[in-house]
Amino acid sequence: MHSICSQATAVPRSNFAFDSHAPALPISKPINLRFCGLRKEAFGFSGLTHSCSSRVRFTSRGHSKRISASAENNGTPPKSFDYDLIIIGAGVGGHGAALHAVEKGLKTAIIEGDVVGGTCVNRGCVPSKALLAVSGKMRELQSEHHMKALGLQVSAAGYDRQGVADHANNLASKIRSNLTNSMKALGVDILTGFGTVVGPQKVKYGKVGFPDNIVTAKDIIIATGSVPFVPKGIEVDGKTVITSDHALKLESVPDWIAIVGSGYIGLEFSDVYTALGSEVTFIEALDQLMPGFDPEIGKLAQRVLINPRKIDYHTGVFATKITPAKDGKPVTIELIDAKTKEPKDTLEVDAALIATGRAPFTNGLGLENINVETQRGFVPVDERMQVIDANGNLVPHLYCIGDANGKMMLAHAASAQGISVVEQVTGRDHVLNHLSIPAACFTHPEISMVGLTEPQAREKAEKEGFEVSVAKTSFKANTKALAENEGEGLAKLIYRPDNGEILGVHIFGLHAADLIHEASNAIALGTRIQDIKFAVHAHPTLSEVLDELFKSAKVKATASSHVPVSEPVAV
Amino acid sequence: MAHILQTSFLPSTSTLRRAPISASKRRSQSLRVKAKIREIFMPALSSTMTEGKIVSWMKSEGDKLSKGESVVVVESDKADMDVESFHEGFLAAIMVEEGGVAPVGSAIALLAETEDEIAEAKAKSQSSSGIGSAQVVKEKPKQKEELEQAVPAVAPTASSTKTVALGSAVHPASEGGKRIVASPYAKKLAKELKVDLGTVVGTGPLGRIVAKDVEAAAAAASVVAAALPASPAIAAPVASGIELGTVVPFTTMQGAVSRNMVQSLSVPTFRVGYTITTNALDALYKKIKSKGVTMTALLAKATALALAQHPVVNSCCRDGNSFTYNSSINIAVAVAIDGGLITPVLQDADKVDIYTLSRKWKELVDKARAKQLQPHEYNTGTFTLSNLGMFGVDRFDAILPPGTGAIMAVGASQPAVVASKDGRIGMKNQMQVNVTADHRVIYGADLASFLQTLAKIIEDPKDLTLGHER
Repeated sequence: MHSICSQATAVPRSNFAFDSHAPALPISKPINLRFCGLRKEAFGFSGLTHSCSSRVRFTSRGHSKRISASAENNGTPPKSFDYDLIIIGAGVGGHGAALHAVEKGLKTAIIEGDVVGGTCVNRGCVPSKALLAVSGKMRELQSEHHMKALGLQVSAAGYDRQGVADHANNLASKIRSNLTNSMKALGVDILTGFGTVVGPQKVKYGKVGFPDNIVTAKDIIIATGSVPFVPKGIEVDGKTVITSDHALKLESVPDWIAIVGSGYIGLEFSDVYTALGSEVTFIEALDQLMPGFDPEIGKLAQRVLINPRKIDYHTGVFATKITPAKDGKPVTIELIDAKTKEPKDTLEVDAALIATGRAPFTNGLGLENINVETQRGFVPVDERMQVIDANGNLVPHLYCIGDANGKMMLAHAASAQGISVVEQVTGRDHVLNHLSIPAACFTHPEISMVGLTEPQAREKAEKEGFEVSVAKTSFKANTKALAENEGEGLAKLIYRPDNGEILGVHIFGLHAADLIHEASNAIALGTRIQDIKFAVHAHPTLSEVLDELFKSAKVKATASSHVPVSEPVAV
Repeated sequence: MAHILQTSFLPSTSTLRRAPISASKRRSQSLRVKAKIREIFMPALSSTMTEGKIVSWMKSEGDKLSKGESVVVVESDKADMDVESFHEGFLAAIMVEEGGVAPVGSAIALLAETEDEIAEAKAKSQSSSGIGSAQVVKEKPKQKEELEQAVPAVAPTASSTKTVALGSAVHPASEGGKRIVASPYAKKLAKELKVDLGTVVGTGPLGRIVAKDVEAAAAAASVVAAALPASPAIAAPVASGIELGTVVPFTTMQGAVSRNMVQSLSVPTFRVGYTITTNALDALYKKIKSKGVTMTALLAKATALALAQHPVVNSCCRDGNSFTYNSSINIAVAVAIDGGLITPVLQDADKVDIYTLSRKWKELVDKARAKQLQPHEYNTGTFTLSNLGMFGVDRFDAILPPGTGAIMAVGASQPAVVASKDGRIGMKNQMQVNVTADHRVIYGADLASFLQTLAKIIEDPKDLTLGHER
């Protein structure tokens, strides 16, 4: 989310910059400026340049529309197009793709049937961060021991539920308007309604009860995202049996809430609810809590995030039936053993949060019109996000990014996939390295990771015949962490000792989510440990946890080293 | 972690060979025959680590371990780490308890390959206690026995509470009370405080057991005794059964009392006394005694009415940071019962009329004698009354029960020669009361004005029966 927020807020400022530079504009054509420092300006300028050109093209759009309408043959691709790129879905993925498309000079439209911003901004990462910010502060204020250790005295901390809920809601609407404005300012057409693919390079959209509009584009990106997945047998009433969509509105803080699923979503909500005074029961189908995390990180996280808190758990069980509270009866949850399927227990709680993952939102996309079959709802794609049809052939000019393709269900992964697609359609082949995409869980303290877990790395190593080593550093040895009195934490590096390749980095500790990027950037750029260990970190900072991590790795002397700076630079 | 720990988790034979003591050689020979009991060593978690502290044992003695499973959490100079088992087997004996420190490489537990070898390993852990571990605890099995012996001693109370508990913990969806419904934190607390959830009555939503029920259950016994520093009533029955020259260990209840008495020392208390004329109250009592009204109920009612005007005296301090203003005025009254003390609670004593209150009191006393009080009937008090007046005690001092804000010790009402303001000398019935309060929330002026109000109510007791005359 960080990248999105900064882009979104950067846009008004770049417009301002544009105003002051207005007279110089006709001469400069800065669309392809790639200097980092000028990126903001590039955005602003390209927006203006684009709006000029779109005015010119406007007539041709009307023209082509007439042609396609008169042809009335959905099977044939149109000869000329209304847009260079149409994106179905204005979530974070669609937004990222749209911004990059504009930067590349593409005439772009984005179709949104609900609200701009999608899950992340409206019902996901963004409002949950607002709640987690509150929970973090509550935790600090409630931790008498922690406060005392710092020499602080605070009287009893309390909270106003509605105030907390408003904070989350206000943040979501602020980010949503930033997102909308950033696209409008750049000249992206926002088309309202549900988008459906009606044929090659052809999309219809419209609101219910209104006639559909048909638009054509050279390339189409599907970015329709996902919705909370609710297993069958579970009745969601939105009050006592809820999904993350409802929980983020924080309409109540139940005394006792069961959270079904102990992944990112469940874990983050357990952090919020326990900070606000709820007691939590986790229900996890696998034998261990927090599946998907590196096992060692998971264990440490369990010791810090679960055991000392008002949380208990049932593992290796399925919730087969969940009935909302009614007629004075509590929410009832029937559990069966995940392996034997024998009934195991019945729980009665005040509320249940279903956090069993997310299901792709791809119904009604009209994929049957182009012979594409979804797999468990996901749109099949190749490594370049190009859609694969039922016969295994690539569908030309059709791409799918984000949760809808299921490759990596993270907002920033969707955005990165979108940018990758735009790179390809503008003539530069690009394959996104998903192993370089970081992930974070914003508990207190945070968990972050990039690349492979240790078991994954060892499995790969066995298959491919290389050696794997692990290095670890503790936050207890970091000055800044100790100054904050937050020494609980671990950073773990999984690497190849023969060539210094970073296979994975996992961090559990203060600001782990912000620390992971040094590692993810190194993986993305192919930087080896023997090179990055010479990079200098400001002292005292948390980033030294990673500095120490890289320095503690033992790469064999034979591993080759890049010499990035051959000449010393005098300052 | 694996690469560091692999070395630390060796079969005992090889390490024992390192030990230069001849006695251990003998053991190693006998072990070589079986060699199925392995020692778990304090691992070296970092290059600078010389000793490690056991943060927690994740398994208990007798638990089965599979390879790779975490057994113990160790705190080194740098971090807390899980130590995993590299062998299958049973955790036979824990040699360094939680919180204990052991040097790197010393044995902290024993791992038996089969269940049959657990006993053997335990024996070994006791004999090898000197080898290298810093704090070896081998008394575990013995302690358990003692605990078991202690349980029957309190059985009469425990079992009677249990039957009551189950009956009233009926939960709409808990299959007629067969299952225990307790919140996650309540379960955690019960484990920590060693409270059997089966004996706890839930007061949470739909009769669920919540944290405060567990806390109350753990404190219940001691709250009772805290109200009275010494009770002649219990002295007598106890005296008959005492065998001189013996040391009798506390029962569980007495242990809890002892803990809470010590805990009460952490509360900064102070005392304010007052002398109240009771002629009017005595007259009222005489008048309505026939209607079943008791003096205890009258005193409780008067106190409750005074508390209603001084909510701070009905408050308590739970966390050291805040006032907890109780929503209802529940007067707990200490009663001596066979083998102990109990504080039945007159709930909402300010609202309930004096006749109902008196009936309720009789019912509570009967239940207390029959040991049939349910926890909410003796642990929900917000203010405690302790009356030793019937024994002729004219003044005394009570210890504040933890979790409440104030307790009032009531002495006997006795005729006294009193000089009145107009210079005349007369006889008046007077009683002394002495309030002990938590000064974190209740200040001297609060108690003073509360006592003034109380005196006014008792000296002009028409409010006690007001509106309830039938």
